[in-house]
Amino acid sequence: MKECRQPQRMAACLGAGLLLASGLLLLFGTSVGSTGFESVLNAWSDPLAWQIVLDIRLPRSLGAWTAGALLGLAGAVAQGLFRNPLADPYLLGSASGASLGVALALVFFGVSPLATHWLVRLGLTGAAFAGAVVAVLLTLVLAQGVQHTLRLLLAGVIVGVVLGALASLTMLLAPEVLQAMQAFMLGSTGLVGWSACVLMVVVWLLCMGVAWLLSQGLDALSLGEATAASLGLPLTQLRAALVLVLALATGTAVAQTGMIAFVGLAAPHLVRSVAKTTHGRLIWLSSLSGGVLLLGADTLARWLIAPQELPVGVLTAILGGGYLLWLMRRNTRASAGTVL
Amino acid sequence: MKGALPVGAVQAHGIRASLGQQEILHGIDLTLQRACWTSIVGPNGAGKSTLLKVLAHLLPYSGVVTLLGQPLATLPARLRAQQLAWLGQSETSAEDLTVWDVAMLGRLPYQPWLGAPSAADATAVEQALRATQAWDWRARTLGQLSGGERQRVLLARALAVQAQVLLMDEPLANLDPPHQADWLGLVRQLVREGKTVVSVLHEISMALHADEMLILHEGQITHQGACADAATHRALEAVFDHRIAIYALGEQWVALPMEDDARVAR
Repeated sequence: MKECRQPQRMAACLGAGLLLASGLLLLFGTSVGSTGFESVLNAWSDPLAWQIVLDIRLPRSLGAWTAGALLGLAGAVAQGLFRNPLADPYLLGSASGASLGVALALVFFGVSPLATHWLVRLGLTGAAFAGAVVAVLLTLVLAQGVQHTLRLLLAGVIVGVVLGALASLTMLLAPEVLQAMQAFMLGSTGLVGWSACVLMVVVWLLCMGVAWLLSQGLDALSLGEATAASLGLPLTQLRAALVLVLALATGTAVAQTGMIAFVGLAAPHLVRSVAKTTHGRLIWLSSLSGGVLLLGADTLARWLIAPQELPVGVLTAILGGGYLLWLMRRNTRASAGTVL
Repeated sequence: MKGALPVGAVQAHGIRASLGQQEILHGIDLTLQRACWTSIVGPNGAGKSTLLKVLAHLLPYSGVVTLLGQPLATLPARLRAQQLAWLGQSETSAEDLTVWDVAMLGRLPYQPWLGAPSAADATAVEQALRATQAWDWRARTLGQLSGGERQRVLLARALAVQAQVLLMDEPLANLDPPHQADWLGLVRQLVREGKTVVSVLHEISMALHADEMLILHEGQITHQGACADAATHRALEAVFDHRIAIYALGEQWVALPMEDDARVAR
């Protein structure tokens, strides 16, 4: 309708800007690294440089973008589902579950002679994903389903705290896994290869499709659960599908890149600060901005002190946290009507 | 053909409902007439909002509720949503949605999943926004509006459903007196169009503008009757422990709180 063209225009401009930023960052991301810009400049003539660009930098950059897009999508879904702008993708306990999964995998087949064949094949990625899935299932069991959002939220917090404590206990009992765990907790895109990229892209497309199909339901939920139910929406099925999207997107991202802080929380806020829009557009824009945030942070992490690297999770925490702080101060100023 | 008994817009029989372990409604029987505005009143904790939610099928209950002669429990959700509109006490977090988007959500029961709104949807939304004088803000987001303005948008959302029965819980919250008067005019218009309106109101003077009043006390109906009836006024004063008194003011009735001294003197 022409009545709502202005918000639509803002959303379209933001979307175009985010796509452009994604493309530029992808280009820049494949150009920086421990060998500097030389690899990309010599890629056509030097097979080694070509290999560095094609097999290391490109999948890493694409992987960083996709993991960020998954977290941005999960953040928008979590904030819509829980009707809380402070909700983040890790709210259902998936991050703590993934941490515990990785800690146990490291203990059992990282250093222990008791490691069995299937555990080795499962690998850290599989352990992180399995841990995240188990945590979400545990949350659903404790919340007795998805009928009550508040119960779901509380169960997620409880599962997160308990599994996080168990992961810490595991590290205390097996201090030799501390360093590897630290890398996981800080998040890293360093080991993302093409297979991980393909997996994340497939999951992203799947989750985006489902979330977009449910976006009208998220809009209705924002008017309150009673109003949404009065509009004839099947709330239980809607919540179950949203929880599935949230768990799958978060679990996949965490399994591939570790615990990346703040991207899922900050991405929807970044979108809202520019364009006020419906969930149908918000989930796309939030996903794109999540991709831009993580790819930007990853590129900076490789570039700032090259040939060394900063942990990308540290940068996302600083950038994301700083951005939210700035947003909070701006909103405070706006609501107070004064200049601080 | 022998005329069948007229069916009420909403009928309930033997309704019991609980919140947690506590039973709030203890066997409610009622009939709400078509093309009639009924206001539900009672002291705090009487079960007014719970009753309204049961009538809207938003809470689990035992007993039977029928909507336009059809059992609510077996009515398909979509059909129910087309025939019965709900306006609850504000719990919205839709700060980023435009006024137009919010009102358009009222048309969800008519739209195919993810289908674009039809011309009829747009017309219904425009009528609803104009009726609540929210049309001029249609491109603004809910977060940019005051409490009273928001309430008018949420009312427009409920009107956009174009349902035969409207259930409203505290619809006058945040509305200033001129807009309360507008709301009264709107309800009168809906009733003239044959719609049935049921509202829970704390302001007894406003509730007395209704056609019928249903007085609730401790989960049971103590009186149901016309707002103009003296028996209704007596029941109303009794349910509030005679701490209010009903007076005639022109052609209207007003309820005034009684201070203890005045009550004793009366």
